[in-house]
Amino acid sequence: MSQSPSFILSIPEGKESPSPYDESIVHDSFHQLIQEQSQQAEVEALELQEWSSRDKGKQAPQNYNSATLRILANMPSRTIGRSRGAIISQYYNQTVKLRRKNSRPLLRDMSSSARPSIWQNDLELDLTPREEEEKRSLLVKELQGLTVAQRDHMLRAMPLSLAEKCCLRQDSCIQRGRQKHHHRSQTQLYCCSRLQYHCIAFRSLWYGLLSGLYALKPWHYSLKQISGQFGSSVLSYFLFLKTLISFNVLLLLFLLPFIVAVQVAFPPTSEFPFSQSFTGLELFTGRGQFTHTVMFYGYYSNFTLNQPCSSHQNSDHCLPKAAHLPYNMPLAYLFTVGVSFFTTCIALVYSMSRSFGKSYQVGSTLGVHAITVFCSWDYRVTQKRAARLQHDNIRTQLKELLAEWQLKQHPRSMCGRLQQMIVLLLVWLLCLGTAVGCAIAVYSFSEFMHEKLQEVHLLALPLIVCIINLVIPYLYNAFASWEQHDSPVLEVYVAICRNLILKMVILGLLCYHWMGRKIRTLGDQCWETFVGQELYRFMVMDFIFILLDTLFGELVWRLIVERLKGDRKPEFDVARNVLELIYGQTLTWLGVLFSPLLPAIQLLKLLFLFYIKKISLMANCQAPRKPWRASHMTTIFITLLCFPSFLGAAIFLSYAIWQVRPSRTCGPFRTLDTIYEASKVWIRRLEEASPSITWFTWIHHFFFFLVDCCRLAVIYFNIQVVKGQRKVICLLKEQINNEGEDKIFLINKLSPKLPISRPCSQSTEPPSCLHY
Amino acid sequence: MGSSTSQLSKELLSEYQELTFLTKQEILLAHKTFIELLPPESQNVVDSLTAQVSRVPTEKVLTLPELKANPFKDRICRVFSTAPEKDSLSFEDFLDLLSVFSDAATPDIKSHYAFRIFDFDDDGTLNKEDLKQLVNRLTGTEEDTQLSPSEMNQLIQNILEESDIDRDGTINLSEFQHVISRSPDFTSSFKIVL
Repeated sequence: MSQSPSFILSIPEGKESPSPYDESIVHDSFHQLIQEQSQQAEVEALELQEWSSRDKGKQAPQNYNSATLRILANMPSRTIGRSRGAIISQYYNQTVKLRRKNSRPLLRDMSSSARPSIWQNDLELDLTPREEEEKRSLLVKELQGLTVAQRDHMLRAMPLSLAEKCCLRQDSCIQRGRQKHHHRSQTQLYCCSRLQYHCIAFRSLWYGLLSGLYALKPWHYSLKQISGQFGSSVLSYFLFLKTLISFNVLLLLFLLPFIVAVQVAFPPTSEFPFSQSFTGLELFTGRGQFTHTVMFYGYYSNFTLNQPCSSHQNSDHCLPKAAHLPYNMPLAYLFTVGVSFFTTCIALVYSMSRSFGKSYQVGSTLGVHAITVFCSWDYRVTQKRAARLQHDNIRTQLKELLAEWQLKQHPRSMCGRLQQMIVLLLVWLLCLGTAVGCAIAVYSFSEFMHEKLQEVHLLALPLIVCIINLVIPYLYNAFASWEQHDSPVLEVYVAICRNLILKMVILGLLCYHWMGRKIRTLGDQCWETFVGQELYRFMVMDFIFILLDTLFGELVWRLIVERLKGDRKPEFDVARNVLELIYGQTLTWLGVLFSPLLPAIQLLKLLFLFYIKKISLMANCQAPRKPWRASHMTTIFITLLCFPSFLGAAIFLSYAIWQVRPSRTCGPFRTLDTIYEASKVWIRRLEEASPSITWFTWIHHFFFFLVDCCRLAVIYFNIQVVKGQRKVICLLKEQINNEGEDKIFLINKLSPKLPISRPCSQSTEPPSCLHY
Repeated sequence: MGSSTSQLSKELLSEYQELTFLTKQEILLAHKTFIELLPPESQNVVDSLTAQVSRVPTEKVLTLPELKANPFKDRICRVFSTAPEKDSLSFEDFLDLLSVFSDAATPDIKSHYAFRIFDFDDDGTLNKEDLKQLVNRLTGTEEDTQLSPSEMNQLIQNILEESDIDRDGTINLSEFQHVISRSPDFTSSFKIVL
């Protein structure tokens, strides 16, 4: 029900409240008032002049008398921040809402002249003035009506001191014992709250589990050290590293038990020579003794393992004492890789959407000054030097924001903007040209190296690619110094974009080279193992180069700076390091089909990286100076991990499964035309066994189509909801603005008329005409 | 340490766990830290929990490494103190402090207490003086680290224009919470962990 204002206006009564459609009536009733006002205006002309000079700038006039100030200080909107009574009444209202099923009034119950605020009954303040004790007892009564978990949840979220919460809890406990039998009649109301109770109970169990895991986390102290010294920007790199570790563990959870362990338990008969001696080079190239191990595709069998001899198929692979658990290796290989990719996809999309939801909200790009001042101090920083750096950073950021704002007030001339655009375009062309040039260089080098199959020469291509990935970003930074961006945050985005384009172009070219040229050349000579080994080489070389970069980029630079008695230690470039992590993870995903143990190697690499980067960071670096919006950047990193990285790997994998012919001499799919045929063969066999399954194969063609349609519908619906919410926000802001103006108007009109002697207590009742 | 685990009773521990956002380990660690701040004669469990007997004066709390470098450390202690003169913290005040600054605390309660910390004159709103003091504390305490008066005025005007919705020249709690809700980094940066 709407709460229409109760102050008295001279509106002709007797009818129901006028609807907005009867505008002429409403205007007429005000018309009389306005006439009266304008007659008085001439009388009060002098007074108005005095007020208007103070009313300029829409700010409240400062010189009130002390009584007015006292009353203003006790206004509900100002006491909510500091008085216990206001907090208690606010939470009383919230508890009442929790108990009621319908917290929103039905639209038809609202009067048609109601103002367009939807949450009219959501006023946080209890309107009838009450003594604090009365409010407290009401709150206690409400708390008794809740279940234990709900009550604890409510109490925990109240901003009262712990002692008061204990008292409230005790009071509601005592009364609860007495009033238990009253509540049986009210149990119907609680069916939804019971579900809520189960949800809350489950959630508290989950938190308990998490806190147990939390206590076991070995890196908790390290991360605290890092955030204490460097802040949340550098912390986001290490958190991203932890996320990648969890993705690799997820992959291994599928690959290890279903593919690797089974094949280790049933090793194929040794058709391959084992005579090669072990040289250290094999750790880098992945050849030699590693070729015929579980590490690569070529080792895996292409028949059903553990098959009993009574079956009429493949009698030469059977075991006399089999335990009747035949394990179809090709099928298992295909499905395990497929399912692990699918699970990774779901996990990625889920974490991306959650991250998006947290960091991008309606209107989150507005109000930069307020957000910077209120939210930019990182309370986790505990070291004095780091705190001083934070002070400097915040000051620089504020000055930059003010300069940006000034620039917006006086925008650049047409000429200046055109110049800026031309420079921007040139720099982008240069960067893209460099990327294409590097791609061509890599391609021609790979053609050149194609003929040389000596072991050492195999390392040349990964070496060149890593050198390019190391050097070209510095070149891009040099190019970027020519252009002038209006905001420093945009610079970071643009740098990330360019580096990513470079890496993805080179990787795309390499995939094309492998799938095209190498397959044709190697033909039936187990090209899958070769591709797996290539990816292994790339990963190892990438790891070596990261180590070298850390060593030279950070340690040596710091020594040089110390020698020259400079102050600028090397900065930890978060964006570049995160892109390197994404690149490494892309290599892993590309190679999962051809080398099932690649995620394990990536896991080891990430674990090493954590400690090496942390040690180098603490010893050599200082925190970055540029402002860093940790939440936005984390979202962007996860998005980059999902879109170019995982999507590219998935496309490569799909192509390899659907289109490419497996080699004839090795691997689980030797006898088939494509890898996907293994599942077709299986389905055919199932259909032969039981014909009723044919509908399943027919329906899966439409499955993806249906899923996509549903997804598009949901996205469209959400977009419309967001649009509607934006409109409501605008309307509400306007309404609040109007209310503020009303308030100032009334204060000005009433303040000289208030008596001076008024008791100054927190439950002072404002004069009745201000009740609304 | 093992000795303090056995001393804090189970009922009390579970009551604290239910009423705050802290886990059991965090409460025990807080108790250990608090006891070390007390004078030697009251360093036992019974006295440490009795608010009347043992309160740690604010100066000692400010020596904690987690608070030492914080520019708002005196305001934090003042806001959470329940003593009449607001100059000392009891163990429950200390737990309150850690609970609001913990990982699991809701953004609502964090923004509520952030507002009270930033309200330097304790009048329930952030007026221009409060904002001025806030900015000065953020940029550093030395003379040369502060903004110039014109920059300061411009900044405060911009802040009020962005966040003062009802145009009364001050920012009240609801407007503050509205601004905070737009920043996703607030919850992760408003944290103090022992």
